[in-house]
Amino acid sequence: MSRIGVFVCHCGENIAGTVDCAEVARASGELPGVVVSMDYKYMCSDPGQGLIKQAIKEKRLTGVVVAACSPRMHEPTFRRACAEAGLNPFLCEMANLREHCSWVHEKGETTTQKAIDLVRVIVEKVKRNQPLYPIKVPVTKTALVLGGGVAGIQAALDIANAGHKVVLVEREPSIGGHMAQLSETFPTLDCSQCILTPRMVEAAQHPNITLYTYSELESLEGFIGNFKARIRKKARSVDEKLCNGCGVCTQKCPTRKIPSEFNAALGMRTAIYVPFPQAVPNKPVIDREHCTFFTKGKCRICEKFCQAKAIRFDQQDEIIEIPVGAVVAATGYDIKHTDFFPEYGYGKYKDVIDGLQFERLASASGPTLGAMKRPSDGKEPETVVFIACAGSRDPAKGIEYCSKICCMYTAKHAMLYKHKVHHGKAYVFYMDIRAGGKMYEEFVRRAIEEDGVNYVRGRVSRIYEEDGKLVVKGADTLLGARPIEIKADMVVLATAVVASPGAEHLAQKIKVGYDRYCFLSESHPKLRPVETNTAGIMVAGACQAPKDIPESVAQASAAAAKVCGLFAQDELSREPVVAVVNRCAPPVYSTCVGCFLCEQACPYQAIEREEIKTRDGRLIKTVAKVNAGVCQGCGTCVALCRSKSIDLQGFTNEQVYAELLAL
Amino acid sequence: MKLGYYPGCSLLGSSREYGESFCAIAPRLGLELQEVPDWNCCGASAAHNLNRELSLALPARVLGLAERAGFAEVVAPCSACYSRLAVANHELQDETLRRRISEIAEVEYRGTVRIVNVLEVLARFASDSLARKVVEPFKHRVACYYGCYLVRPPKITKFDRPEDPQSMDELMKVIGAEPIDWAFKTECCGAGFSVSRTDLVAKLSGKILNDAVRRGAEAIIVACPMCQVNLDLRRDAITGYLGREHTIPVLYISQAIGLALGVDEQSLGLHRHIVPVALSQNTTAEPVPVEPVSSGREDA
Amino acid sequence: MHGNAHEVVDDIRLGAAVKEVTGESVADCYQCGKCSAGCPLAAEMDYPPSQILRLLQLGMPEYDEQALRSHSIWLCLTCEMCVCRCPKEVDLPKVMEFLREESFRRGMVNPKARDILAFHKAFLDAIRHTGRLYEVGLIGSYKMRSFHMLQDMLAAPKLLLRGKLKLLPHRIEGRDAVSRIFRRTIGKKDDSE
Repeated sequence: MSRIGVFVCHCGENIAGTVDCAEVARASGELPGVVVSMDYKYMCSDPGQGLIKQAIKEKRLTGVVVAACSPRMHEPTFRRACAEAGLNPFLCEMANLREHCSWVHEKGETTTQKAIDLVRVIVEKVKRNQPLYPIKVPVTKTALVLGGGVAGIQAALDIANAGHKVVLVEREPSIGGHMAQLSETFPTLDCSQCILTPRMVEAAQHPNITLYTYSELESLEGFIGNFKARIRKKARSVDEKLCNGCGVCTQKCPTRKIPSEFNAALGMRTAIYVPFPQAVPNKPVIDREHCTFFTKGKCRICEKFCQAKAIRFDQQDEIIEIPVGAVVAATGYDIKHTDFFPEYGYGKYKDVIDGLQFERLASASGPTLGAMKRPSDGKEPETVVFIACAGSRDPAKGIEYCSKICCMYTAKHAMLYKHKVHHGKAYVFYMDIRAGGKMYEEFVRRAIEEDGVNYVRGRVSRIYEEDGKLVVKGADTLLGARPIEIKADMVVLATAVVASPGAEHLAQKIKVGYDRYCFLSESHPKLRPVETNTAGIMVAGACQAPKDIPESVAQASAAAAKVCGLFAQDELSREPVVAVVNRCAPPVYSTCVGCFLCEQACPYQAIEREEIKTRDGRLIKTVAKVNAGVCQGCGTCVALCRSKSIDLQGFTNEQVYAELLAL
Repeated sequence: MKLGYYPGCSLLGSSREYGESFCAIAPRLGLELQEVPDWNCCGASAAHNLNRELSLALPARVLGLAERAGFAEVVAPCSACYSRLAVANHELQDETLRRRISEIAEVEYRGTVRIVNVLEVLARFASDSLARKVVEPFKHRVACYYGCYLVRPPKITKFDRPEDPQSMDELMKVIGAEPIDWAFKTECCGAGFSVSRTDLVAKLSGKILNDAVRRGAEAIIVACPMCQVNLDLRRDAITGYLGREHTIPVLYISQAIGLALGVDEQSLGLHRHIVPVALSQNTTAEPVPVEPVSSGREDA
Repeated sequence: MHGNAHEVVDDIRLGAAVKEVTGESVADCYQCGKCSAGCPLAAEMDYPPSQILRLLQLGMPEYDEQALRSHSIWLCLTCEMCVCRCPKEVDLPKVMEFLREESFRRGMVNPKARDILAFHKAFLDAIRHTGRLYEVGLIGSYKMRSFHMLQDMLAAPKLLLRGKLKLLPHRIEGRDAVSRIFRRTIGKKDDSE
């Protein structure tokens, strides 16, 4: 027999101001099955919870209804209280008298009546509640970090230093990401590679980190704590164990005219190459699309000269399967290139370059060894125009957002240029200056006040070439929007930051949401910025939204902390509100007929097939089975099942119908 | 194929040679043109500068008459007329507006006519018909000048690309010309200010002409009567602005095509130009050394 | 959008009127200046295009008036370059068209735009009764309105010699319908200025 206790909360004036709580308590006390009913000012407080616990013990309650705020607010509080009093927490339910009643209606008799109805409905449900026990799943304490840029490296190091194993996967031949391409970083003007390479080496040498470069994620299956990742280790055509990084092969390779990705197409590389001298690992890769041996069947010079006999033309891609417990997506970003801009030449002017290209020009390890030489003829540019907001904040071009980092790196670029070409003239065409970080505003002012960079507020309408100069037609909106024309030797476009190529495909592989720009979606923009809605998968760095290095590093550490939190337990506890396919005695075994509509419909792929066999192995029938570790309790399968063989624990069909009938 | 033809006022008057040359090449390209019966002036810039309803009603009458005559497509070789008709057509997709304007225009228009760009019409024949019929390749370096309305506003024209368009260049290549890459392809010539502010036309068209000349063009090819008038009839004013005289001729696209197809100069109206159309046979002439002209506030 | 809504326009601020009549929202413009940078005649204007829009953004009567009395709106060639490059796709040519009509209607036309206005009126004179442009009539009417008696004295013979100037107008059959169109639209206002 049911012995239900009803506890009506005033919630200060939130509920009591509109609903007559004493009356609700009195009316609820008269419901069949209710043995105690009371009201109190703040049920969630210690004394309030005390009242519930006492009632459970004294009245030997079999179920508790707390009529108060939304369960999203305090369900865990009250369930814990019940558990402490010895009652299974899932025998406690809440009736929402606040969000569903007092907050949306005027004070009056009808409102109180509605509150009474709400309580009655939940009482009927609780009568049919079954005790449920949390589901435990084991946790594999290995983390998978996708992306070897600064965010990925930071996350990997943090997790590894906490004592857990990490697998770091990077699709380029070396880790380092875009940060390795930068010359100096704002606001300190630290040499980018100087601060990054120690971290890169640490990541490669860390005993807890396994590094797979020139590799990509092939597939990810499973669920939180129990993922199975398949990594495709692309064929380098070089045996990494034998190669000693001497570099002779790259010197001897006859194919030398391939645009270097690392140098943003401003320099060339060979077919067998190491992307940059400080690459980690410092082992070459053969670009099979351009290598003469792979395209035409001739050459093999690298093989001839390799002392370590490490060249392996017949090497195949390798698929490696790894069980992991958590994933950190840190796949970074890309930028729009100059061909995106019709009014700036559709990419045909060699001296109109983008930000990464400027970084390579300015970099001491770049194609010009850090000298300011413009791409077309190698002359030192005397006048350089920097255009901010090129593509960003531009709904007409399809990119509405602000790319966040460009105001800062444009100031940096202008400063670097002035430091190298003292007599040169630098102009920055801007709309606003967004310099909100620590020491950022001071940095920009330094560019203007100390380095003499000319800031012009206005956008540039078009650029065309005339007599070896680039004519830049802009406007000075601070001077009455007067047109201003500058004849520049070089133009640097601060192009929009966009999602990394393949981001959409990757997001679909790991089943993480993404927005229309293909940036991965965080769980909550303010309160849960590094988790995703897919349990067990965290996100860090620019793949979530454009951001600078300090923020990427901070996010990476935050994601690592979440992963460590997950790994702090040997087992994960999950709410048992999951679907269950019924089982009964032979010869039926289950009313499930094996149509597997539920399997097709389940958004989380939580339905499996179970073969029911006789003792000697003969198959009787194949029925559906819910993987309690993955199921999110959405109820889609329950609604679909034609034979009513699947039900949702905690929200069974019987319970829901009872609620409806009580109305 | 039968196409509705809207000459517009200029093609009968001050830019007669455009109409003549277009009608001369049409039959050779298999293009059957039929004038929209009793067409009226589209209103040009005057109407839309002073009264919106007038600027819609005048084209609406034309569209209604074209529809009544059974045309699915109408070509208006004058770029300004093309723009006025196409813009009105676009606005009149709104049913309430269309009904009101039809009443004012006294012709019912149901919105079924499409206004076609002259370059689009010519491009339809470029690949097979035109290429095969070239008898005298137009072996000259040309600056293809598109002006404003052939490619703008992009939402209306939906043709080629507004920056550095290529459709006219492609057509010229088909007839054997060498189109140059230059910087003023789509800059405005001064349009309707030809009479009221000839000084501004001199400046704007002067810059265009100057750029074409200094990059080695032997002729400027246009598809708009206003552009042609501003670059041709107003050559004296341009000379006054630039400080030196240039003799580069300005041809309509239909005239260039006509010459390539072997049509005689008389039929193409070449004698009607102010600046004589005297194209040398020597196509390897060096570009004339000419200084660029700058504008606006310049920071040296 | 809704064509003429003059009754509404007089009582509300110009920016709101722009929205009402053209559908364009002046708040969309973030004053980047790209339109002014690409406008062929910005250097001649008292208020370059982005500034005209700025005058409308604050909803202040004195700024509204400055916009209507500006030379800029009459210098605008409707070359459509601004809207083609505008990152917010604000249809500035449409706004300019509205401002011109308002300026004309309220008699606030900038004196410097006298010749431009004279030409537009002369053009309309020349098509109102015949249905098509009578070019000789156009020049004649323009000279009378602008007092530029020697205008194009040299050009006219050049055109005449080359058969490009028709001395007699062509009158279409529907010319009365065209006159009625004028009366129903612009003819509502007495434009005998």
